[in-house]
Formats: sequence, structure tokens, C-alpha cells
Amino acid sequence: MGMTIAEKIIAAAAGVDHVKPGDIHTVNLDRLMSNDGTTHLTVDMYHNKLTNPRIADPEKLVFIVDHNVPADNPKTAAAQKKMRDFAREHQIDFWEGKGVCHQIMMENYVCPGELIFGADSHTCTYGALGAFGTGVGCTDFLYGMVTGTSWVLVPESVKFNLIGKLPEGVYPRDLMLTIIGQIGANGCNYQVMEFCGEGAKTLSVNDRMVLCNLSVEAGAKTGIFEADEIALAYLQEQGRKPKAVYKSDPDAVYAREYTIDLSAVEQVIARPDFVDDVVPAKEVCGVKIDEAFLGSCNNGRIEELRIGAGIIKGKKVAESVRFLVVPASLSVYKQALKEGLIDIFMESGAIVMNPNCSVCWGSCQGVIGENEVLISTGTRNFKGRAGHPSSKVYLGSAATVTASAIAGEITLA
Amino acid sequence: METFTGKVWVLGDDIDTDIIIPTEYLALKTIDEMKQYGFSPLRPELAGLIKEGDIIVAGKNFGCGSSREQAPEIIKALGVKCVIAKSFARIFFRNSINNGLLLMEQPDLYDDMTEGDVIKVTVNEHVEYQGRFYQIASLPQNLVDIISAGGLVKAMRKRNGLD
Repeated sequence: MGMTIAEKIIAAAAGVDHVKPGDIHTVNLDRLMSNDGTTHLTVDMYHNKLTNPRIADPEKLVFIVDHNVPADNPKTAAAQKKMRDFAREHQIDFWEGKGVCHQIMMENYVCPGELIFGADSHTCTYGALGAFGTGVGCTDFLYGMVTGTSWVLVPESVKFNLIGKLPEGVYPRDLMLTIIGQIGANGCNYQVMEFCGEGAKTLSVNDRMVLCNLSVEAGAKTGIFEADEIALAYLQEQGRKPKAVYKSDPDAVYAREYTIDLSAVEQVIARPDFVDDVVPAKEVCGVKIDEAFLGSCNNGRIEELRIGAGIIKGKKVAESVRFLVVPASLSVYKQALKEGLIDIFMESGAIVMNPNCSVCWGSCQGVIGENEVLISTGTRNFKGRAGHPSSKVYLGSAATVTASAIAGEITLA
Repeated sequence: METFTGKVWVLGDDIDTDIIIPTEYLALKTIDEMKQYGFSPLRPELAGLIKEGDIIVAGKNFGCGSSREQAPEIIKALGVKCVIAKSFARIFFRNSINNGLLLMEQPDLYDDMTEGDVIKVTVNEHVEYQGRFYQIASLPQNLVDIISAGGLVKAMRKRNGLD
């Protein structure tokens, strides 16, 4: 019986020839990433709960401060200091203020064929380069940090055969929200979403990141693409080499298969408070907004900033709206400066912030108040996700978000 | 097999980690300080009402969202004995096992359940409610060992002969 890409990565990490869904294997981890959401808890456990603590391999660890940048109160400052001190003491790669953790990982570390644990649910983004990235809690992270290993239950894979090409003005964000709307918020619970087909060839690494990143919103353990020539070209540009390039075998077994016609996708919105409550954007046009957010590990790269700047150039943000623009990393920010995009946003009246998770996680920036409405390119629209429990979050593409920021209400781009 | 009874609180589908513990309270220093805000976006009074040994019964996809481990820790700290749902999100499931919080999947109980009623749970076998028996799947032994040790770290210490 053949294996899928995900199964081949797990088999290699487990040091066995073959794995099948349902097997439990001990695996060697290629890399572990943790951010300031929970690293202080991991450090506390390391010091307080272990008798002879040691780190299996500090070179495999990456610590990234991205959730509250810069620290906004003494509590987050203390948590970050604990993380910073620990990283220095143990010579762990440490990033601060350089961008959202997943963007930094994609720009600097992730290689095809790797098995990566991240103490953040959107670690599934790394499948855009043919790596198996998955989110874990801080106890699993601690175990991995101390032993270099973990255990995994081999997940089933679900095949998404992409055909055709997205129409003009419709984006990968619309595509992935459409898929989640179709299969539901637990439609691929504990499964791997494997994206393939001729339609995949029309998607850049950025586009693939958009899809893989949101796979956790369908309950998936990860989302993954084959590391093809597009992925390898991206990798080469960053100066890295693959660990291994895997393709799914022709006789690999899938739990289910879907065929998605990209040419039939339209602009969509996920309505509050569920990521799978997806409707055509035209159905919610006219909803008044108080804030708009362009950024996040899902949708804050140069491609999305170009889309937003193209729409808002020469126009103004509505007087009643705060429009926050947050590049996903410093390199994205610098590129946007070079292309004049930051000037365009500033001229329009947008608030341009330093790279970080920002509004998406509802803590240090752009938090919304009672009954306020946000339209966002962030990852989630759960009740209270961006601030007050009575506030509402609509999710849309960079184009829809920017057009809405200008109109003061949800509008088509 | 372990048996216990408990009063049930009923929650819905897709109870996400931001409902279980909103972001704004994650900076608090201890789980004990955080736990009073558990489930507050949905039911602000609930954390104050849950008593030691109570049980949560919920719909599909319980614990979806973030990898924040404070979510299962808070449920445990509130005294909840176990959560029985139609299904669980995977990161939450793993985090719960690692923190010694017992979870059970049961497809039908949620649809029949009235909040405030008492159920009897026989771990790895069934739930008894109003004279009816609802079957629950048994957990693999490696997971039972982790839960009964009180979580992954304690299980690792026990295995290494430290406790």
C-alpha cells in the first residue's frame, strides 16, 4: 500500500519504512518553534516540574516574540523577559519584533520533508513548502524540547484536487474560506488536508500558505502541498535546501477526496462567530464596520499589501473606520516600503503598525469595544476574539477588507 | 473500572478556546487567577457556578482554535471531572490528556441531555442517564496511563522513577 506525503514524513521521522493511519509512532522532531503566547509557561515547567532538566538539541529550537510586540503591560513584559533570558542562557535562536512566528519560520527555517512542532495552532502553515508542521500545547513542546522526540497518531489524509484557476479579483483566502464553509469547522478533524492537482500549480508559495494556515480552522492536523518546482524555487531564493522531497504514491489511501473548481470560487465572507459560517460577500454588503485589519500570518504578506494598496491608492479610509495595516514580517515591511505601498496606506489614513500578530489575536493592538464590528484578514472570528464579547468579526480577503475600509461598510472590491 | 456521578452543564457546538479562556486574561500569572473568567464570553456566571466533580456535556468540535494549554487547565482547575462531547478539536484533545483532564466522545448524549441533571459515568464503558446507557469508546492504554498519572510530565517522572 502506498503512502501520502504526510505519511512519508512521519515514517522518516519515526525511522520506519511504512506507516498507516491509526498507528502511534515515536518521532524525532526536526524543529520546535515557540512564541510569547505560552513560552513562559514552558520555561516555568522546565524549571519547576523537571528534576534534571536538559535540552536535547538547542539548535532545533526557535523562540519568537510576536504576540504582544512591543510588550503592552508589566505582565507581558515579564513573560517575554523570562523567554528572552532562557533563550540567551541556552543559546536558542531568538527573534523579537521581526514578524509573526510562522512568517519568520517560512522565511528562515522550514524545509520540505521536515516534521516541525510549534506551540501555536497555525504551525500547519509550513505545509506550503511540503513540511509537516503542527500545533501543540506547551506540555507537548516541553517534552519535545527535553527529549527531541514526541509521539504522533498517524492521521488519515484527505485529498483536495484543485482544478482550474481563480477568477480575477478572487483570492486564495476566498478559496480556503469556501472550502471550510463546505466541509465545516471540524470537517477534517485530526486529518491532513493534502492540496494537489493542476489548480495547485496556479498557486504561489504565499497562496499555498493561505490555504495551509487555515487548515486548522477545519480541524486538520496540518495542510500540505507537494514541494514542487514552485516551492523549491522559493526555497532556493531563501538559500535553503530540502531535507527530502516527497510525493504521494499513486496508490496512497485517502479518507475522502474532493474536487474543487477554482474558477467557480467567488468573494466570500465568514460571518461572526464561526469560521465555517461562510456566505458570498455580496450577501453581507452594507454591514457597517468600525475597524478593518489587513495583516496576520494568514494574509499579511507582500502579495496582500499590494492588493490592498492597489485598491486604496488615491482614496481615503472612511472617517468612521480605523484601518490597521500590519506587515507579517520585517522583510515584508521593507519590501512594501521599497514599492511605495506604505506611503499609499499612510496617505489614505491607515494606521501602519510594526510586524506582529496584532488584531488577529485580540490583545495588544486594535482591540475592539462593545458591539463594535471588525472586518479582518485574520485567522479567526470567534466570539470576543478581537475584544469585547459583544463585538463581531467578519473574515474576508485583503481586497474585501480594504474596499470595506474605504466604504465604511462591507462592500465588494 | 472507575465510576463516578456528576451534575451536568450543557454547552453547545464549536466551544472554542477563546470562549474557554479569552486572550485578555492569558497574561494573568496563575491558572487560579484565570479560572474565574472561564467561558465568560458565552456565560459570564458559569465559572462561579461549577462545583468540584461537575461534568460538561457539549456538541461537536469542543476546544477548537488556539493551542493555548490554559484552556484544559482552567476546566480542570474549576473542578470539572470530565468533558463529554460529540467530538473534540485535536490540539485541545492532546493538551487535555497531557494535563490529566478526562475527555470522552459520545455522539448522542448531548442531544438528549438537560442541564442540571446528574449522570453516572463508567470510564471506558458507558454513561448512564435516565435509565439509558450511552456507549463510550475506550482510550488506548498509553493515554489512560498519562491521564491517571495526572498528565504527561507526571507520567514521565513516574516512568523515570522520580515520583
